[in-house]
Amino acid sequence: MILSLCIAIPALTALLILLIPRASEQAARWLALFGTLAAFVVSLVMYANFRVGEAGFQMVEKYPWVSSLGIDWHLGVDGISLFLILLTTLLSVLCILGSWSGITERVREFHFFFLLLEAGMVGVFSALDLFLFYVMWEVMLVPMFFLIGVWGGARRIYATIKFFLFTMAGSVLMLVGILYVYFHTTDPATGGHTFNLLLATEQSQFPMGIQTWLFLAFALAFAIKVPLFPLHTWLPDAHTEAPTAGSVILAGVLLKMGTYGFLRFCLPMFPMATMQFVPWISWLAIIGILYGAMVAMVQKDIKKLVAYSSVAHLGFVMLGMFALNIEGLTGSLLQQINHGISTGALFLLVGVIYERRHTRLAADYGGIAKVMPIYASLFMIIALSSIGLPGLNGFVGEFLILLGTFASNAMYAVLGTAGIILAAIYLLWMYQRVFFGQITNEENLKLKDVNLREGFIIGVLVVLAIWIGVYPDPFLSRMQPSLELVLSRFQSAGLSQLFIP
Amino acid sequence: MNSVSNIDILGVLPETILVITALLVIVADAVRRRYDAKCLPIISVLGLIASAVAAMANWGDGGTVFNGTVFSDGFSSLFRVLFAVIGILTVLFSPHYMKISSMRLGEYYALILTGLFGMMVMAMAANLLLFFLGLETMSISLYVLAGSQRNDVKSAEAGMKYLVLGAFSSGFLLYGIALLYASVGSVDYEAIGAFFQSDFDPGPLLIAGIALLLVGFAFKVAAVPFHFWSPDVYDGAPATITGYMSTGPKAAAFVALIRVFGVALEPASSMWSVVITGLAILTMTVGNIVALRQTSVKRMLAYSSIAHAGYLLVGIVAGTKAAFAATAYYLSAYALMNLGAFAVLILLNRRQEGSYRFEDLRGMGFAHPLLGITLTIFLLSLTGVPPTAGFFGKLYVFSAAVGEGHIALAIVGLLNSAVAAYYYLRVITLLYMTKPETEPPIVQPIAYRAALVVSSILILLIGIFPEQLLNIITFSVP
Repeated sequence: MILSLCIAIPALTALLILLIPRASEQAARWLALFGTLAAFVVSLVMYANFRVGEAGFQMVEKYPWVSSLGIDWHLGVDGISLFLILLTTLLSVLCILGSWSGITERVREFHFFFLLLEAGMVGVFSALDLFLFYVMWEVMLVPMFFLIGVWGGARRIYATIKFFLFTMAGSVLMLVGILYVYFHTTDPATGGHTFNLLLATEQSQFPMGIQTWLFLAFALAFAIKVPLFPLHTWLPDAHTEAPTAGSVILAGVLLKMGTYGFLRFCLPMFPMATMQFVPWISWLAIIGILYGAMVAMVQKDIKKLVAYSSVAHLGFVMLGMFALNIEGLTGSLLQQINHGISTGALFLLVGVIYERRHTRLAADYGGIAKVMPIYASLFMIIALSSIGLPGLNGFVGEFLILLGTFASNAMYAVLGTAGIILAAIYLLWMYQRVFFGQITNEENLKLKDVNLREGFIIGVLVVLAIWIGVYPDPFLSRMQPSLELVLSRFQSAGLSQLFIP
Repeated sequence: MNSVSNIDILGVLPETILVITALLVIVADAVRRRYDAKCLPIISVLGLIASAVAAMANWGDGGTVFNGTVFSDGFSSLFRVLFAVIGILTVLFSPHYMKISSMRLGEYYALILTGLFGMMVMAMAANLLLFFLGLETMSISLYVLAGSQRNDVKSAEAGMKYLVLGAFSSGFLLYGIALLYASVGSVDYEAIGAFFQSDFDPGPLLIAGIALLLVGFAFKVAAVPFHFWSPDVYDGAPATITGYMSTGPKAAAFVALIRVFGVALEPASSMWSVVITGLAILTMTVGNIVALRQTSVKRMLAYSSIAHAGYLLVGIVAGTKAAFAATAYYLSAYALMNLGAFAVLILLNRRQEGSYRFEDLRGMGFAHPLLGITLTIFLLSLTGVPPTAGFFGKLYVFSAAVGEGHIALAIVGLLNSAVAAYYYLRVITLLYMTKPETEPPIVQPIAYRAALVVSSILILLIGIFPEQLLNIITFSVP
């Protein structure tokens, strides 16, 4: 029930919002806030009920949907999806608060699409039915398409079409893969084929050649979402043109759908093919880390800088995942959450000054630490967390990733570490240009520091960043059993001897 | 031969009702000027509803009537209902269109009804000759309808072009039927099926017959490279008729394709399956790529309609019961979404000459919420985005193809739907993401709005809960 509620509450709130008269914008905002808060509270209940130490799915619910085709409304949560769902519901609340004053046109429609998006995202992370997963994966495309296209920046139409087409092109091949898996999965209860993910994972014993093709079919869809170099070109456009809430959700949650897809589908279902592709993916991830960081360094637009930093960070996530050991996988999953917190917060922070000055160019600012001291300190903490300073969340994730990568291939780890140094360069340099020095532009003198609402939003994320940095155990202990289960697929496929000792 | 019994009459009751309605409409048109001008569409809709009810009440349970010439199975009934729905929607959208384009043609509604009668005959025929009669009844109605906007050069051209090329393709079809008859010795589907199940000799006559039959069908469903007539005809015809022409006749031709190629000629599938695979790939790809380059929305939808015929051909290639059920499901979904899309475009097009330029749609989504939302649903369904009926239909067709091992075909088809996403999305971006030019308010008749709302809700409903419709279709597949 709990997971269905997490999907149903935002979806129903979205429909309710449409019933509000167009003029009462404030009512739409409050209703959306209540809807997202309710979903967040429900997801906290889910967290409280989560049994630590169990690897399998919990709170599973299954109702027949199209029984003649073996399609079920089948949801569940394990250590992999738990925090991704929590991240989704938390960021949704913060995004509604974050767009409180930023969105002034078509307020009702904005919140309608946003809540639909939330329902779709929770659906993606909790679906245990391949068909349901695909439906949710596609369903969330439409609201995002509108969010970027209607409320975005100057090049919004180009950006949103590009976003939609990239995702769609990748996902149609995944659909063929899903159908192929469907025809090779039988439900012992009915004797017919089924889209049940648990049965599909259990029964997937494809020969090497087929595994390679299936891996590619799924991986293309996920790699576009992650995004893995060279499929990343939609990301800077979409992230930059989207309204603040859209950028936060894109970076914080949507990209994780790609990495989640690898963890949930590619690794457990096609272990042999995964092993085969380790060098390919690892190199692409490393190129992404270095390329993303270097391009971020030369950006004049702060938002674009943050967008490119996502390419680099997600490269780390992929590198850790394809180390295929427990340290790497744990670091990879934790880093997904960290990236959601840090980059989400960075986009919110950029949104704060953009709302005041309507420019995102670093050159238009300078010295604003004097007029916005609280803002400057919050920005500093988040920037440091993104860089990976010990004591903050980014450090734990990156450390585990590099630990895992070092164990599997030392060269990858060395190259990856270079990315951390670059991250420090581009973020601190940007920080210096925006916050320090003399105020050159008179308009910046009138800038107001963060208000209570803005301070609260960033504050929540800062607290989380410190919590994970200082005491990551509650997170790691819930993740690890499920990740070990994924790894056990490699042992059972007889691949353990392939690991480099 | 046996005399005609009550069961025979019951078996063709929906068609009978339709013909009577058509005659009533003609009579009413002759005397109406003194009475109410609205009576024609009302009579037509009532007749269509009665016909659909008759089809549902006498849901076919298999077998044949009229000495084995008419199938009285669920598939016939299913398509009777679909044709009636297509007819009702077309009629509901028509009065407004006739008013704005100052069309005066009393036979308009009668021709829509006779066209539907032809389609029903095509769907229920168990015999190639009866099928051909149905096809000609339908086609002749369509030739006139396509050219019915007499004051418009493009419409006249469309009617003429359709007549010439349609007659040409009927020739192919008839020649194919003749050659098939020469080799098999019968025009009954059952006898043809029995012939191909036996140890038959694939002589040149037989191969030529099948080939000509296939060419005839390819013309009728506008499969590439036999599609050249369709963009001009669809573009030139009155927009309501374009919606009607791109859904009804297509559905009728596909039922016949299923009955003739999918069932009767199934044992000889090695002879034609490769050809249809090629047609499917060409049709999808050419239709979509050319649609990308259009500057008129109407023409874009014409090409996209070609592409959809390609997806449907995938179902014929897959050739299983599930594949035919998928084809039928897709046809139903397609009828709703395509008719709906044309209907909204008619309202949004406020130029007399019927230009349907993309620019005219700027900002219309927020300016006219109902039209914007319904058109968005229709377009998303045409794109194949869940949870719409169009998505489920596509999934079901391609799943049948993958299940039969036609993986390459499925990949081509689905990549094509990603291409199609571009031109459908382009319309949505214009609707919602650009500023409107100042425009006069749009008249939205109540029946029109109701029809739009009902069809978009149906699209969502059978997309989210496909089980019911799926079961009905699965049980009625021949």
